[in-house]
Amino acid sequence: MTIAALAFYLFAICAIAGGLFTVISRNPVHSVLWLILAFLSSAGLFVLLGAEFVAMLLVIVYVGAVAVLFLFVVMMLDIDFAELKAEMAKYMPLALLIGVVILMQFGLAYGVWDYAEHAQDARAAVMPEGVENTAALGMLLYDKYFLLFQLAGLILLVAMIGAIVLTLRHRQNIKRQNVLAQMWRDPAKAMELKDVKPGQGL
Amino acid sequence: MIQADLNIILPEILLAVYAMLGLLAAVYTGKDKLAGLLTWTTAVVMVLLAALIGLSGQGTNVAFGGMFHDDAFARFAKVTILLSAAAVLVMSQDYMSRKNMLRFEYPVLLSLAAVGMMMMVSAGDLMSLYMGLELQSLALYVVAAIRRDSVKSTEAGLKYFVLGALSSGLLLYGASLVYGYAGTTLFSGIIEAASGGHASLGLLFGLVFVISGLAFKVSAVPFHMWTPDVYEGSPTPVTAFFATAPKMAAMGLFARVLHDAFGGVTADWSQVIALLSVLSMFVGAVAAIGQRDIKRLMAYSSIAHMGYALMGLAAGTAFGVQALLIYMVIYVTMNVGTFAFILSMEKDGAPVTDLNALNMYSKSEPGKALAMLVLLFSLAGVPPMLGFFGKFYVVKAAYDAGLAWLAVLGVIASVIGAFYYLRIVYYMYFGSEAEPLDKTRSPVLWGFLMASAAVMVLGIFNMFGIEGIAEAAAATLVN
Repeated sequence: MTIAALAFYLFAICAIAGGLFTVISRNPVHSVLWLILAFLSSAGLFVLLGAEFVAMLLVIVYVGAVAVLFLFVVMMLDIDFAELKAEMAKYMPLALLIGVVILMQFGLAYGVWDYAEHAQDARAAVMPEGVENTAALGMLLYDKYFLLFQLAGLILLVAMIGAIVLTLRHRQNIKRQNVLAQMWRDPAKAMELKDVKPGQGL
Repeated sequence: MIQADLNIILPEILLAVYAMLGLLAAVYTGKDKLAGLLTWTTAVVMVLLAALIGLSGQGTNVAFGGMFHDDAFARFAKVTILLSAAAVLVMSQDYMSRKNMLRFEYPVLLSLAAVGMMMMVSAGDLMSLYMGLELQSLALYVVAAIRRDSVKSTEAGLKYFVLGALSSGLLLYGASLVYGYAGTTLFSGIIEAASGGHASLGLLFGLVFVISGLAFKVSAVPFHMWTPDVYEGSPTPVTAFFATAPKMAAMGLFARVLHDAFGGVTADWSQVIALLSVLSMFVGAVAAIGQRDIKRLMAYSSIAHMGYALMGLAAGTAFGVQALLIYMVIYVTMNVGTFAFILSMEKDGAPVTDLNALNMYSKSEPGKALAMLVLLFSLAGVPPMLGFFGKFYVVKAAYDAGLAWLAVLGVIASVIGAFYYLRIVYYMYFGSEAEPLDKTRSPVLWGFLMASAAVMVLGIFNMFGIEGIAEAAAATLVN
């Protein structure tokens, strides 16, 4: 067994274990930590495939930003996960049954599955010869899949509009800062000096 | 090269740019004060684009390396989508401004949803299919919950979102299997991998998952559970929108995936679609009998109608696709009229959706009751109306393709379904005395109701020529 194969099995086992424990661990904080393990192992798998840029993205974006955000959310929100789990346990037998049936169907089908003729070649030649990883990705994103890239932008725009429509509230009767009004204020008009005689008040 | 590509997707670009400009204009100026105007201009822009697509489109153009197809089929679906969306927008403007719930994001979201739908019917690649579908769905989830002060509306939005996300997951899983076993996501590549009546088992598994995901979007049984709740909870104009343009888009996408990507293995998917069709027709017809809320009733009605439309698809022939297109156009037209009527149902200024409120409606407003009678007969498929011809086409397509059992079951289901449509007619003409509904004076809603009813009667002469256009459209898809 070569080092690469050994590394593959190590990362693959870690990724699957991470995914499994994300779902079944009792403490949600532990779940997020297992999720980070799954992300890191997937990054390792990407490196093995020769996609080092995607691997770095996975580490920086998912582990660095998304997982940390998850951690904050899990710690901040007061959700009784035990209660949610109890609710889930009610439907567990049915879900398991469906899962097992689908798994068995796949199992039955595996024996006769065959690939289309050129499927293997097309998958092996993902990256053009002599082009760097990042450059190849850029060519794909901004050139070949230009349309999809722009559509993804539109989808994000819809998500942004949706978040604002559904959550933004303009509350009445609260004091807001008005910068212009502050700048144009005249100190002479804002204050008035009164000479208060002792013992008399205003 | 990019210029030629951009020229082909010009209508989509125009609509997307319009949506963004409209958003900017409204945010920086009057906000919701501009909403009414923006809704009208959006409707006008959609009608203009429909005219542009319908009149100037020629031949089959492929852009972006096969990811985008502009052919007669796509153009037919796009014109239907844009016109029905424009009609619903005009009706919404009338209703929502009276209810003081019109927001400027509404027309913007609907135009972005329309861009997504146009992408869907033009998709030539599994990725552009998914992007179009998500663009559409995401906008629809938001408009379902746009009345965020109402518990029902937010519930509808949330349910739609969760189930929609699940269906997207199924679709993506299927797409990944198809990609794995065909080695490409392009439809033109997939059809090569699955040609000559033989597809590898892996491809078939992928296909079944893709069909499940799409069946969610057209609300075919057994993936229909979200429909009644979402239809009932959403604001009525939004329900009207759900029942028209997105249905056409999802059906167009369905036909495109099955014929463009899996046209070589018709026999394999035909039986799946036939099963979905039978279940939808029967569940739609039987479950609607117990409904007392007209919006829920329309939800089951749309499930049943999707069953008939799928019958055309199950035939797997060019005539089947033609029948599907004709059926969808008639269905959309009927629904625009029916929802114009539902939007005008009010008592003491508050909207009512209870069927009992319609008792003896013919006495207070004979004209509208007559129009509704025509529409309900048409929905039920009673012979002289246009709705009958839609059903006739799909049943004939199924029969010609050797699916006689499916055709017979379709006729039986339509007889069962006729019961609840005719019950509404019974309430309107022979029901018990009840407090009459308000006499709403809304020329817009009245106009749409009457126009739609008139189409149902006048269309029986030559269907306004859509028969030939649909035939040409179907011929470009199936070859």
